[in-house]
Amino acid sequence: MSALSREQVAHLAGLARIQMTDAELDKMAGELAVILDSVAQVGEVTAQDIPPMSHPLPLTNVTRPDVVRPLDERLTAQQALSGAPAQEDGRFEVPRILSED
Amino acid sequence: MSTNAIQPVLDYDEVLESFDPVMGLEVHVELSTHTKMFCGCPTDFGAEPNTQVCPVCLGLPGALPVVNAVGVESVIRIGLALNCQIASWCRFARKNYFYPDMPKNFQTSQYDEPIAFDGYLDVEIPSRTGDGVEVFRVEIERAHMEEDTGKSLHVGGSTGRIQGADYSLLDYNRAGIPLIEIVTKPVRGAGERMPEVAKAYVAAVRELMVALDVSDARMEQGSMRCDANVSLMPKGSAQLGTRTETKNVNSLRSVERAVRYEMMRQGAILADGGTVRQETRHWHEDTGVTTAGREKSDAEDYRYFPEPDLIPIATTTEQVEALRATLPEPPGLRRKRLQGEWGYSDREMGDVVSAGAVDLIDASVAAGATPAASRKWWTGEVARRANADGKELGDYALTPAFVAELDSLVRSGRLNDSMARQVMEGVLAQEGSPTEVADARGLELVQDDSALEAAVDAVLADNAAIADKVRGGKVQAAGALIGQVMKATKGQADAAQVRALILSRLGVEG
Amino acid sequence: MTTDLTRLSAAQMAEQLASGAITSVELTQAHLDRIAAVDGAVHAYLHVDAEGALATAREVDELRARGEQLHPLAGVPIAIKDIMTTTGLPTTAGSRMLEGWIPPYDATVVARIKAARLPILGKTNMDEFAMGSSTEHSAYGPSHNPWDLDRIPGGSGGGSSSVLASFQAPLATGTDTGGSIRQPAAVTATVGTKPTYGGVSRYGLIALASSLDQGGPCGRTVLDTALLHELMAGHDPLDSTSIDQPVPPVVEAARSGDVAGLRIGIVKELTGDAYQPGVQANFDAAVAALTAAGAEVVEVSCPHFQYALAAYYLILPSEASSNLARFDAMRYGLRVPPADVALPSAEQVMASSREAGFGEEVKRRIIIGTYALSSGYYDAYYGQAQKVRTLIARDFEQAFTQADVLVSPTAPTTAFRLGEKLDDPMAMYLNDIATIPANLAGIPGMSVPSGLAAEDGLPTGLQVLAPAMADDRLYLVGAALERMLQEQWGGPLLDRVPEPTQLSKEG
Repeated sequence: MSALSREQVAHLAGLARIQMTDAELDKMAGELAVILDSVAQVGEVTAQDIPPMSHPLPLTNVTRPDVVRPLDERLTAQQALSGAPAQEDGRFEVPRILSED
Repeated sequence: MSTNAIQPVLDYDEVLESFDPVMGLEVHVELSTHTKMFCGCPTDFGAEPNTQVCPVCLGLPGALPVVNAVGVESVIRIGLALNCQIASWCRFARKNYFYPDMPKNFQTSQYDEPIAFDGYLDVEIPSRTGDGVEVFRVEIERAHMEEDTGKSLHVGGSTGRIQGADYSLLDYNRAGIPLIEIVTKPVRGAGERMPEVAKAYVAAVRELMVALDVSDARMEQGSMRCDANVSLMPKGSAQLGTRTETKNVNSLRSVERAVRYEMMRQGAILADGGTVRQETRHWHEDTGVTTAGREKSDAEDYRYFPEPDLIPIATTTEQVEALRATLPEPPGLRRKRLQGEWGYSDREMGDVVSAGAVDLIDASVAAGATPAASRKWWTGEVARRANADGKELGDYALTPAFVAELDSLVRSGRLNDSMARQVMEGVLAQEGSPTEVADARGLELVQDDSALEAAVDAVLADNAAIADKVRGGKVQAAGALIGQVMKATKGQADAAQVRALILSRLGVEG
Repeated sequence: MTTDLTRLSAAQMAEQLASGAITSVELTQAHLDRIAAVDGAVHAYLHVDAEGALATAREVDELRARGEQLHPLAGVPIAIKDIMTTTGLPTTAGSRMLEGWIPPYDATVVARIKAARLPILGKTNMDEFAMGSSTEHSAYGPSHNPWDLDRIPGGSGGGSSSVLASFQAPLATGTDTGGSIRQPAAVTATVGTKPTYGGVSRYGLIALASSLDQGGPCGRTVLDTALLHELMAGHDPLDSTSIDQPVPPVVEAARSGDVAGLRIGIVKELTGDAYQPGVQANFDAAVAALTAAGAEVVEVSCPHFQYALAAYYLILPSEASSNLARFDAMRYGLRVPPADVALPSAEQVMASSREAGFGEEVKRRIIIGTYALSSGYYDAYYGQAQKVRTLIARDFEQAFTQADVLVSPTAPTTAFRLGEKLDDPMAMYLNDIATIPANLAGIPGMSVPSGLAAEDGLPTGLQVLAPAMADDRLYLVGAALERMLQEQWGGPLLDRVPEPTQLSKEG
């Protein structure tokens, strides 16, 4: 019931931006089938009228004032770029972007 | 793919003979808060790259968002001004997709629980007869909070555009700046006036944002952006057509042109028996066409889910009513009130509105200028320049206080009309205040009556024949005498005063 | 008094520092020497910062000499789980993706530890991005259980549990998404607490599943754990989910250990055949000890717990798939261009970097999460799992009307052998069966040693659960049990842990 085809796994890997070889896709499809069969148990629970729980604590309205954080609690350009794989002129250098958003 | 080749278009009238246009507009407004939506970084425009960032807006591992309280207040006020319902409880949601300008590879937004929903905005379009306006109601689907992305600079290649670039450079200063997305319900029934409605709607939203003081809403700076969804429905059909989403529409004029173009482009496809592709299109201001972007396939899947790192927003009736009390007078009603107070005709008020001068005139009148003078100055030279330069009236050195000062100089008799115009030029050239310009340029009406009387007497003596005609009742002949006096005084006299003096010397009633 | 400083409890170290009997430099150096001697065998640390730890120690000694007021734990060394950002120290979360990454900011928890001047010995090993129960999913190789180096030290916080059990640090930090503090504590005879969700700031804790993750303290004694809990906990305006209330009186409770009249509920669904005989036997004995200490025992039922594992393994991967999207090789971390493309696009570099940087378990969970959130499946999977979550929270609410705390074995088995479950993800997931419900409901839980299993001589743990914001009750029960059982055992279990160097290494 929960088996995924290699094509489905390939589609998911695309959405998740993970390159995978055909062999990896096949292996993943097999493992996912077992896991999905198990987690599909949640469907056995009758829960139509049960509200979904997205947050463990019933808090509301946690906001901060619109006040600029002092510089030492933010990052300088140098700090921001400190882990960058590549940079140029204070900006992050990334490979060419294929298509406009 | 040849989708970006110039495409055929159908004549606009022919489009309307066969189709009814349907339109949906998404407007993104950047709030002018001091800090970003989910972190305390400043939002100043034009800072050095990557200097207004922190672990949160840079999406560093471990960083967490906290909601800007003013962002929430602003969207509630926007919602109320758009006649929306305000949700008593709502959550943020993550919109998941990968893009290099988005540090977390998800956008924190709202999905099925927008904070404001089900509203409307009445917009005015010029009536068909040319005088007065017609009101068109645009229904609002929702207004919700989200965050902006960073900016990319495409390097290399021949065009400097995204296609053909060798690599890109990213600046995340803009990432996380609060955005309010305002989405209309499908707009129907506007027929051939759809492009005008589009422009009027965006202009009205813009005006509202400025009145609410939540955004400077400047399309040319990107602080207000518009995406236009357009589709065509064959006349008599109840079936909605396939729509396209046109992005990058960043001026009021473009909104109107882009909607019109899409109607004509889609009309050509449909008239030819083809099908419209569901896709994102990009508007090109220079060529006036849209080109194909990403295909919006059904496979596109943002995997929205409630943002676990942010706490739900709950509003009480008291909070909402307190914010409602802070709303400014609706711009439409305010315009009607001011028109009455200022005594402008519909046409005069229309000119004032289209010049974007309402607030400036209001301020000028408050500073002491007459409504008539205020209108004259704000819709005159400065409006002509703003139109030519693609700028706004407020971008020039002229201020309401200067208008009041200039008007006072005229009314006190120091300047006549032509001198006032010279002073205005000086003010616009940033030479200083009206008084400073008048002083520096030596502009002052001759106030010394004896000097003026001497000049009048000299002219009467030199032109006895004309003086006799005037004495004989041909009062209009006095014009020649007035002109001579003005010439003799190098224009520094008040023409009305000169006329009165001549007539009195000749014993004629004025 | 023992001459080996590393054998002292953190509370004893703090006392001796305060009295001037020892200096922080001596204490820190003793731990660095211990690390040098045994960590080759245990592999609990991913990074050791001798210089930084000694610098803090010297500073503490100088301040103390000047008579400055210091935090009670000032000068007591600590190990930090590698999931917490530390300026100046690499933070990898056990992933190749972040190899060598030095964060430009400190996690709030780390900032508090630094402000209290605890010398930071180093960063501890963990399963990659905290996905696992054994540390075998660490990109840098597994840690070894000091009780038997061929066995797992638990996970994901196996580095923290094994530094404690091998006396390489008296205190360590952890994070617990489904048991990553408690299960490692159970299999190493140490103590670990998952506080109430929101009790400890998550700011700077590299997120696995935001609605489940919670940082917490690890120690060798209940009091030590309480002392660290108090230091780590408290409101943080940088974390929207942080609780803005006073920290429950955990230290006071740990010093008291008075359980007279306390109602202790045994969760029916968390006992029985699924539990190894020695685990169950030690649990029964521990409950008997608590009864002897004056507690009242009742049985409670939580019928929806049978769906907890399924709900958890939908919610966790869903949130993780989104949280881990930021590791895309654009701004930080590993960038690996595809091998066979001349001028690769950003999209291609993202995909090949994520292929190279993530381990198999991480990819597996990202794909499951992507599936569970995708349109058409959301309602059946993620949406339904969140409803089950509500039912589990209601089960707890109901149970807490009958009992002040709930107890169960922490893990179904003692430490298994390295490699034993590596190829069977579902078997690995079953380790968390008893710890997961607390994360789903957001309530606090603790694991405290309950003995050594008769059949294999390996440690077992008892889990205590309390209502939200009643973390102090965990320490009441933990302290009572520790006192009662140590009387029976004639001292702490860890007195019996073998010297790691005396054991042969795996393989």
